[in-house]
Amino acid sequence: MFDLSGKTALVTGATGGIGGEIARALHKQGATIGVSGTRKEKLDALAAELGERVHVLPCNLSEPEEVNQLVADAEKAMGGLDILINNAGLTRDTLAMRMKDDDWEKVLEVNLTAAFRLSRAAIKGMMKRKWGRIINISSVVAQTGNAGQANYISSKAGLIGLSKGLATEVASRNITVNCVAPGFIETAMTDALNDKQRAATLARVPAERLGTPGEIAACVAFLASEEAGYVTGHTLHANGGMAMV
Amino acid sequence: MSDNDIGQRVKKIVVEHLGVDDAKVTDEASFIDDLGADSLDTVELVMAFEEEFGCEIPDDAAEKIVTVKDAVNFIQEHAG
Repeated sequence: MFDLSGKTALVTGATGGIGGEIARALHKQGATIGVSGTRKEKLDALAAELGERVHVLPCNLSEPEEVNQLVADAEKAMGGLDILINNAGLTRDTLAMRMKDDDWEKVLEVNLTAAFRLSRAAIKGMMKRKWGRIINISSVVAQTGNAGQANYISSKAGLIGLSKGLATEVASRNITVNCVAPGFIETAMTDALNDKQRAATLARVPAERLGTPGEIAACVAFLASEEAGYVTGHTLHANGGMAMV
Repeated sequence: MSDNDIGQRVKKIVVEHLGVDDAKVTDEASFIDDLGADSLDTVELVMAFEEEFGCEIPDDAAEKIVTVKDAVNFIQEHAG
């Protein structure tokens, strides 16, 4: 099940905890993968770990020129692009009253606008091949809200809207567009929580633990598969029961 | 490329892509109104024309390609 042999996939934010695990999961299912991010040495290390069928494609998603080039580079390196994973994301947390325009714009640019630009570029080839998967990594906070993250939440809720809009447009061409919305996952982002914050977070999670990057990657591998062909415009929530929507 | 040659190749792409009878693909036929294309089909047709004729059709020009003849005229003017 969920065999991705012969497929090509691009993962943005592959230097992060979840992105790296998504890359590993798709690679394990047999896909040829392009790993993207800003820290080239981390991408090189991931490529070295995985061995064959891996292409390193550094890109700064806050630079529109680089974003517009990334899909073309991926298609050139891998001979096409079947699966696009818009995983890259950053936070600039602060209360809305204190939030600078730059905090807002930077987060929207990388988390949402880059996902749109990459999707727009990728759909062209997917339409020609009459097959494609786009998976956007949203977040539980897009549903629940969270203080200090008006920019991040807007970007993550925006990805859900983007997915639904795109999904409607391209469904007839055998291209699906979905989101995975992680809850609290063991990554550098949640390592930054202090003990008190961590306890408060866990109190909201019926599973009584943080999720693992591998559990998010498994959701992505499913949505990327042939078997998930009838699932589109959907948001798959993986949050230990924190928000049942 | 002769005008006739371009016209035949354009019509062949339209017939194949939209699955319509070639008799319906007249010069004046509108992709959407006469040949049953939806907006996504028109995007795909433009991509197919670009590939077939090795030319780039910018978005603002693509929007003006409504009929078979519009496509032939654009390609005559721009194909290398």
